[in-house]
Amino acid sequence: MDEIPAFAGIMDLKDYIQLVFSDYTLRTITLGTAILGVVTGMLGSFAVLRKQSLLGDAISHAALPGIAIAFLITGAKDSNTLLLGALVSGLIGTFWIRGIITKTHLKSDTALGLILSLFFGFGMLLLTFIQKQPNANQAGLDKYLFGQAATLIESDVWLMAIVTGVCLFVLLLFWKEFKILLFDKDYAKTLGFNTKTIDILITSFIVLAIVLGLQTVGVVLMSAMLLAPAAAARQWTNSLAKMVFLAALFGAFSGVFGTAISASQNNLSTGPVIVLVAAVFVFVSFVFSPTRGLLFKQIRFIKNRRDLELHKTLAFMYHIAETHENIAHPHEIKILNNFQGFTKGTLKKLVEKNYVTLKGTTWSLTAEGFESASNLYNQSNKKDE
Amino acid sequence: MTKIAVQIDDLTVAYNYKPVLWDIDLEIPEGVLMAIVGPNGAGKSTLIKAILGILKPIAGSVSIYGKSYKKQRSLVAYVPQKGSVDWDFPTTALDVVLMGTYGSLGWIKRPTQKEKKAALEALEKVGMLPFKNRQISQLSGGQQQRIFLARALVQDASIYFMDEPFQGVDATTEIAIINILKELRKAGKTVIVVHHDLQTVPEYFDWVTFLNVKKIATGPVKDIFNDDNLTKTYGINYKVSIQE
Repeated sequence: MDEIPAFAGIMDLKDYIQLVFSDYTLRTITLGTAILGVVTGMLGSFAVLRKQSLLGDAISHAALPGIAIAFLITGAKDSNTLLLGALVSGLIGTFWIRGIITKTHLKSDTALGLILSLFFGFGMLLLTFIQKQPNANQAGLDKYLFGQAATLIESDVWLMAIVTGVCLFVLLLFWKEFKILLFDKDYAKTLGFNTKTIDILITSFIVLAIVLGLQTVGVVLMSAMLLAPAAAARQWTNSLAKMVFLAALFGAFSGVFGTAISASQNNLSTGPVIVLVAAVFVFVSFVFSPTRGLLFKQIRFIKNRRDLELHKTLAFMYHIAETHENIAHPHEIKILNNFQGFTKGTLKKLVEKNYVTLKGTTWSLTAEGFESASNLYNQSNKKDE
Repeated sequence: MTKIAVQIDDLTVAYNYKPVLWDIDLEIPEGVLMAIVGPNGAGKSTLIKAILGILKPIAGSVSIYGKSYKKQRSLVAYVPQKGSVDWDFPTTALDVVLMGTYGSLGWIKRPTQKEKKAALEALEKVGMLPFKNRQISQLSGGQQQRIFLARALVQDASIYFMDEPFQGVDATTEIAIINILKELRKAGKTVIVVHHDLQTVPEYFDWVTFLNVKKIATGPVKDIFNDDNLTKTYGINYKVSIQE
């Protein structure tokens, strides 16, 4: 329902890139999804760090009745009017969530779930009501459910660009305030910052970004645009600024690649493809990030264990060698069999490192091996202190 | 007569109808190193949070050197419980300490070299300078606590409120922290600490407040830190053998 028909059929990358620059529709859609990725990636970082990952989901679902009501009131189908409706109902949903959390005993996940289903249910009700109306104009409102990037026009992209620009400006202006709110809200309060104002500012921008994405990605998948780039970015850096930047970058690439895949294949809707590309970013980041990734964690674990085994064997040899005046005094390899964890492999490694020399069935420590073994001891002693 | 640093009148705080603090009157003289002790749920952290305006009391007033807290913010520094923040937050030790300068900077202005220098000095004071660029999740519990302390030091306040700064830290860190607190007192600052380890009260502090929803007693440790007050506060027959 959402393929970009003009580009159906497989084409190679070069042709595609040429087309992006020459074809007006494709260029509009690519730009739109890229900008959307930037703004949702930036704001998504904040949502993730505030542990409000599900807030995005609740907001996007809460926006649906707004779209329907805006249509019912104005009868218009232009995206700006409908998105204004979405914005209003998204904001109402958000502040109800905040209200429920602060005024009742309910936990935030309950509040989020409650508002999400309540608003979404009401929105669906209105949508079916509209569809039954004898009005030829109503067809196509359901594109907001799953998104339809193909319907993006230049004015939509301009709107996205302006909102992204304003968001970036506010982000840079209040960077310090945002950071301290995210890290330690109570402390920020004691320093005299009006945390409520900062909070409302961040949340409003998150709502705005979500509403902007509804036309492209849709109510159901929108939260992924917010979370996936941010979750991926967190894996690569320990700096907030870099995380926000990377999330924006990942978001933009998800948009561009998603649009490209969707445009060059038949029958693939753009929104879900963008989300899947973002998911690939997440997957690659989870596995391959050098500090937090699963792969390197495992490699480090194995390497540490090997090093430790090597050190233990070396230390054992050191103890034996220590008892002799001549440290290079040869000892039977058999002795080492008494030592748990000794294997031929470790002996070979020690020889490779030039810590040990072998002669027939005997081994002896080299001067280098003796020294590094005694350093090993000093270090572990120092740690104990 | 010494000046009163913090004056609390009729302070009452409630979470959902249940009073957590009941009608607290408290005067904290300038220059003391004071422990707030009491059982779990006695309202110790709540008292600090209410003084600092993080929680809204349902009644009562707090004044800092005779004026409302809002006017005296720059005189006050706060060290929250270590567990109150997410230490996996993407930031460095130095960056956290720099947050202590945000209050004097105010809105929008960014820290400059001057603030950075102050933050580095604070890190030096708590012995954390070598870790300044370390991601905060890679610090031990004791090191994280020192970072929080450095963040408060950089505020260069007159009154310090600390919520369980010794929780989950090793003996070395505990000694390092108490030495810094004693130095603060020597410099004429007032330090108020929520404290759990009754054994160390006489050694560390010169002033103590017993709290269990109501204020039980407040005064110099040598006068009021006794079995009678401990029993009143903790509700069981409490015996601390304090060898003088």
